[in-house]
Amino acid sequence: MAAITAASQLGEVTALVAGAGCDGAAQAAAQIAGVAKVLKADDAAYANALAENLAPLIAGLMADYDGFVAPATTTGKNVAPRVAALLDVMQVSDILSVEGPKTFTRPIYAGNAIATVESSDAKLVITVRGTAFAKAATTGGSASVEAVSATADSGLSTFVSAEIAKSERPELTSAKIIVSGGRALKDAATFEQIITPLADKLNAGIGASRAAVDAGYVPNDYQVGQTGKIVAPEVYIAVGISGAIQHLAGMKDSKTIIAINKDDDAPIFQVADIGLVGDLFTLVPELTGKL
Amino acid sequence: MSMNPFDEIAVEEAIRLKEKGVVTEIVAVSVGPQKAQETLRTALAMGADRAILVLSEDEVEPLAVAKIIKGIADEEAPGLIITGKQAIDDDSNQVGQMVAALLGRPQGTFANEISVEGDAVVVKREIDGGLQTVRLALPAVVTTDLRLNEPRYASLPNIMKAKSKPLANKTPADYGVDVAPRLKTLKVTEPPVRSAGIKVPDVDTLVAKLKEMGVA
Repeated sequence: MAAITAASQLGEVTALVAGAGCDGAAQAAAQIAGVAKVLKADDAAYANALAENLAPLIAGLMADYDGFVAPATTTGKNVAPRVAALLDVMQVSDILSVEGPKTFTRPIYAGNAIATVESSDAKLVITVRGTAFAKAATTGGSASVEAVSATADSGLSTFVSAEIAKSERPELTSAKIIVSGGRALKDAATFEQIITPLADKLNAGIGASRAAVDAGYVPNDYQVGQTGKIVAPEVYIAVGISGAIQHLAGMKDSKTIIAINKDDDAPIFQVADIGLVGDLFTLVPELTGKL
Repeated sequence: MSMNPFDEIAVEEAIRLKEKGVVTEIVAVSVGPQKAQETLRTALAMGADRAILVLSEDEVEPLAVAKIIKGIADEEAPGLIITGKQAIDDDSNQVGQMVAALLGRPQGTFANEISVEGDAVVVKREIDGGLQTVRLALPAVVTTDLRLNEPRYASLPNIMKAKSKPLANKTPADYGVDVAPRLKTLKVTEPPVRSAGIKVPDVDTLVAKLKEMGVA
């Protein structure tokens, strides 16, 4: 949705829906405000978004378009550079803003600097940071849906399996409130016992630092940071997280940052709007109890 | 200057595959200035067999790097190309995917676990929401995620030995690659600075603040 907002700033937007049995998704895409046309590529070859099959489809369609815009999700990051190379253009990764028809800003060095770059390529290939653009409305559009013929299955790759974490909790990248835990949580059971009740009270998503993920407290896809998820919720509560630059790169655009940490000098307090110094094992249950 | 952490993981994985007997030779490749030689020596000290330095004093964009690696792959015919998922300076996350595209080979990006099974490589990938396993026909390109492995440290004897391992010097022109940038950096600025916050003395004050914000 954010990618559609970014694309709208460049010109007329055509959405491509590729998948197996993707009629419903195509109809939904047609309702999105700002989408002028929907192309539907319905084929078993697109069932699991394999880059080897999607990239030739997209590169082929690009004869009629000036640019390809994808969200900087794992799927977007997997497919878009493959499209760019097929078109012999440089991709502009993870843009934060559209400054001109071919000019964009993007973060470098873990978000410690913002580069303004101008593309000299004939076609644009861009991935968009989801938290940097407003989400396009899912209603109000009335685009026509046009089927496009599928390219042949590349035969290079096959999908084996997926393990997707099932959760009732708000998805991390779209949650309004996130409670995130770090290494100080000690182990998986303690993480669950301290962080989950607070997140439940606030109807919040749960995140984690790399240290907490590496220590096995929570699965990989909880990781917030330069190499994990980039989030920008209304409120980000960092519990037992020191605030390494790689972690800050994933959450410092949050509207309000609250830090609970026993180390008064932890770098997290330099970005936190509200800090509470003390032992998280007594403070967090107390906080949960008083909400 | 030190090796990009994701590339250390890539080198480590190559060495582990060699230790398992599924890889016969490891070639480490770097595109960059003369001092990138030190990075290659680190890879050799970890266990790579030989190295190729493609010298360019100017910054080389991912697309040009990918074209150079394609040129090297055409000569060396590797069964597997392993790159880091992204460099932590430009944060582009493009090279591996571009190499795979240029070679017309499959890609296993953000690898969490890899195993070579006959003429295929099975890659468990870290994706939003969980993990995905794909089977790729070899030759293939794999990019490493953080949790693929824990890279080893080079021992002093191995650092000494690495000094005598072969390191070939090449230029982008040897592979017919034009490294002129496609993206022009107009400016680099500091990100907006967050204004200094406050510290609250106790949980009650924090709860009051949360209520003020309307989140509790």
